[in-house]
Amino acid sequence: MMRMWRDWAAMATVAITVSLPAQAQVFNPVTKTLGNGLQVVVVENHRAPIVSHMVWYRVGAADESAGKSGIAHFLEHLMFKGTPSVPPGEFSKIVARNGGRDNAFTSSDYTAYFQNIAADRLDLVMKMEADRMRNLTLAEADVVSELEVVKEERRSRTDNDPAALLQERLEALLFVNHPYRRPIIGWPDELNGLSRTDALDYYQRWYAPNNAILIVAGDVDPAKVMAMAETHYGRLKPEKLPPRLRATEPPPVGARRITLTDARVKQPSWTRLYLAPSQHSAADKTQVQALEVLGEILSGGATSRLYKALVVDQGVAASAQSWYDAGALDHSTFGFHASPRPGVTLDRLEGALKAEIARLLKDGVTEEEVRRAKTRLKAEVVYARDSLHTAARVLGEALTTGQSVADVEDWPNRIAQVTTAQVNAAARAVLVDDASATGLLLPTANQDSHR
Amino acid sequence: MIRRILFALVLVLPGPALAVTVEKVTSPGGIEAWLVQDHANPIIALEATFAGGASVEATPGLAHMMAGLLDEGAGPYESQAFQGRLEDLSIGLSFRAGKDELAGSLKTLTENRDAAFDMFRLAITQPRFDTEPVERIRGQILSGLTRELQNPNAVASRAWYKAAFGDHPYGRPGNGTPDSIRAIKTAALKAHAKTWLSRQGLIIGVVGDITPEQLAPLLDRTFGALPASHPALTVAETTMAGGRIIVEPRDIPQSVAVFGAPGIKRDDPDWFAAYVMNYILGGGGFSSRLTEEVREKRGLAYSVYSYLLPMDHAGILMGGVATQNARVKQSLDIIRQELARMAEHGPDESELADAKTYLTGSFPLSLDSTAAIAGLLVAMQADKLGIDYLDRRNALIEAVDMDQVKAAAKRLLDPDSLLIVVVGKPEGVSGNP
Repeated sequence: MMRMWRDWAAMATVAITVSLPAQAQVFNPVTKTLGNGLQVVVVENHRAPIVSHMVWYRVGAADESAGKSGIAHFLEHLMFKGTPSVPPGEFSKIVARNGGRDNAFTSSDYTAYFQNIAADRLDLVMKMEADRMRNLTLAEADVVSELEVVKEERRSRTDNDPAALLQERLEALLFVNHPYRRPIIGWPDELNGLSRTDALDYYQRWYAPNNAILIVAGDVDPAKVMAMAETHYGRLKPEKLPPRLRATEPPPVGARRITLTDARVKQPSWTRLYLAPSQHSAADKTQVQALEVLGEILSGGATSRLYKALVVDQGVAASAQSWYDAGALDHSTFGFHASPRPGVTLDRLEGALKAEIARLLKDGVTEEEVRRAKTRLKAEVVYARDSLHTAARVLGEALTTGQSVADVEDWPNRIAQVTTAQVNAAARAVLVDDASATGLLLPTANQDSHR
Repeated sequence: MIRRILFALVLVLPGPALAVTVEKVTSPGGIEAWLVQDHANPIIALEATFAGGASVEATPGLAHMMAGLLDEGAGPYESQAFQGRLEDLSIGLSFRAGKDELAGSLKTLTENRDAAFDMFRLAITQPRFDTEPVERIRGQILSGLTRELQNPNAVASRAWYKAAFGDHPYGRPGNGTPDSIRAIKTAALKAHAKTWLSRQGLIIGVVGDITPEQLAPLLDRTFGALPASHPALTVAETTMAGGRIIVEPRDIPQSVAVFGAPGIKRDDPDWFAAYVMNYILGGGGFSSRLTEEVREKRGLAYSVYSYLLPMDHAGILMGGVATQNARVKQSLDIIRQELARMAEHGPDESELADAKTYLTGSFPLSLDSTAAIAGLLVAMQADKLGIDYLDRRNALIEAVDMDQVKAAAKRLLDPDSLLIVVVGKPEGVSGNP
C-alpha cells in the first residue's frame, strides 16, 4: 500500500516524538538514583559494540515564562556553544572525531541530548555531557548567530509550509490556557527577542542533576555504567528546583474551528484535535490504554476503520488517519487528519469523517476489532526491542512525562486487559465536539493553476 | 588547548569487532542470499532488489505505481484480505521503485516466518491489480503530486533532475506527472511486474532469527516461480548538464536551493577518496566546512549539506541550503567559495585524520536494527563489494591518502559546473539559460 507522507504532523513539534507508546516487559532496564538526584537507567543490547547515551531534562517549552516562547528550544541549540573545557562548537566535533553522532531535541515536556557512539567511548561522552550540565558559558556573538539559525529553522519548518502554520494555530485554539498552546519553536516576535540572559536564566533554573535522567542503552555492563555515572555525574551539585507552573486548562465549552486559506496550498486537508487524557494526567488510567487500542482500530493499517471506510470503500480520501500519544505530562490529544482524493470537495470529506466518528460513538467497536488491535500492539513490543535507540527513546519519554520504569514495563499487561466496553466508553468520553478544534487548509480561490 | 588535555583522542582504529558474520546461502534451486544470523530477538528481516525501476519504465511513474500495488492484493487474496492477513500476523511488507531497481522489504516475527515469506511470494509472482486498488493508488499518487507543488524542496528537486538529465530516464520524475499517472493502464502495470520481477539481477539480504538450513528452501519457494531473466537493459550512460542557475519563483519567506555537479559512480577507483572528501566538505554535519561557514559562523541557515549520489549510469554530487530570501546570494557565494577552496587546496591534515576516525568509528552505528543490516547486505551485493566487505571496509577508508583526496576534490569540485535550482523569491539571484 502507499502511505501518504504526513509532513504536516512532524511540523507541530520540534521534537521527533516516538510514535510507539511506552512498550514494556521488553527492555528490562536496570535503574538507580544517584545521591544528587540523577536517575540512571541502563538497557543492555549486545548486537553491535555501540551505545546510545542520552540525558533527558524534565523541562520543555510548556515550562517557559510568559513572553519567552522558544527559549527551551533555543537553549537546546546553545548547549553546543561551549564550556570552559570544551570550546564553542567543539562538542559535536569531538563526538565525530571519536566516530559518534550526536544531536538533541525539545518537546513541550522535555529536552534531550544524545550521542550514539562506539561502546568504548562512553566515558568520553559522559564526561562532556556532565560538563555541560553545569558549566555552560555563552558568548554574546554565538548567541546572536545561533538565533539566526533558529529563525531559519522556524522558516523551514513552519513559515514555508501552510500546513504547519495551520497546525500551530490549531493547537493554540485547542488549548485555551495551558502552555501546550505555545509552539515549541516559539512565536516569531518572541523568538526574535530572546537573549543570552534569557537562555542563561532558564539554564540555571532547570539544568541540574536532580532534574535529569541519564539513559544508556547498548553493549554495556550495567554495573560499570553505574560506576561511570557516579564518577562523572555524581559529583554535580543539585539545585533547588522551582515548581513547574503549568496553567490549567478550563473545561472546554464549545467546538472551535479555523480555516486557513493560502495561495500556496495545492492539496486541501482536514484536521481535528480532541483534548484527551495522558498516561500521567488520566484520572481513570484504564481510559489511556483503551484509547491506544482505539487508535489502532481506527488507524492501524490498510484495514483499519478510517482507511477502509474513507479511502477504500467510499473513495473520498487520499489519506485518512488518527493518532494518540499518551506520553504527555498534562493533556494529550486525540487527532484525526484526512486529505481528499482528486475531485472530492473538503466539505464532502468532512461530512464523511464526521459520519465515521458518529458511527463509532453510536455503534461502538466490536470484540473482533479489539482482539486484532491487541494482537498487533503485542507484536509491536517485540519489534521495539530490535533497536537500542527505540528503548532509550521510549524510556526517556515515559520518565519525563510522569511515568515510572514499572509503568513502562507493565504496558503489555495493561493492553492485554483492555475490554471492548472500555474502548467504547473512552471513545464516548473523549471524542466530544465541545473538546475539539478543527482546522481546514484550503487554497485561495481562482489561483493560477500551475503554482 | 585544555580540550586536548581533557579529551585526548584515542584513535578508534582499527575499530571494534563488528560481531557480525555474513554467510552466503544458496538454495537447492540455485538462488543466493546473504544472511546474518541474530537469534537474540524472534524477528526476521528480508530485503530484496530486482533489476528495473524507473529508468526502464515506458511511462513516467509506472514502476512507482506498480510497486505501490504489489501488496494491494495477490493470489487468492483481494486487497483488503491481503492487508488484513499482513496485519493479523504483524508482518511488515512493502515495495518501492528506485531509479535503477525495484525493492521489497519484509519484516516478521519468527512464529509467522513461513506465512510471511509466502505473502512476499504472492506479491511478486501473482499480484492482482484489481480495479479498486488501482484507482485508489492512482488517486493517492495524484494527491501526492499535488502536495509536492506546495513543498519547495520537492519542487526544487524535480526541477533539478529535469534540468540535469533532460530526456534521459534520470531526468523524469520517479512518481510521474499528473498526465502520465492518469494515463497508466492496468495492462501496463501487469506487464511491468511480469517483465521486471525476475531472478536475473535478484539480490537478497536476510537478517535475524533464521538459520541457513531454514532459509535455503524458503528462497526456492519464495523466488523460484519468477521468470529466469528480464529483457536487456538499454539505459544509456549519461552525465548531467551543469553550469546554470534556475529560479522557480514562489512567494515564500525562505528560499530553498539545491545544487549539484557531476559526481562519481560507486565502482570508480576514486570512490573512497571522494567519499572522504565529501565528508569534509558537506557530509559531516557539524564537522563539515559548509556547516561551519554557512551555519556556525554566519547563522545563514539551519541546514546546509552535500552528498554523493552514485547511480548505475551516472554519478552526481548533490547539496542543498535553505535561507531567507535576502541571504540566498550570500549563502550560494560562500558555498561556491568552499567548493573552490577545497578543489584548490584540499583539506588540511587534521581534517583528513578526523574524517577517517569518524567514517571508520561510526560504521558500527549503521548496524542498529535487523532491517538496517539487511539493507546493507543488499547494498554490498549490488555494489559487488565482496562478502568480507564489513571486515575490509575500514581499511579501505584508512588507505585513502591526502594526494587522493586532493585529486578527487580537483576532479569533482568546480563551482562553474554547478547546476543550481532556487525555489522562492531570492534577492540578487536570477536564472540564466
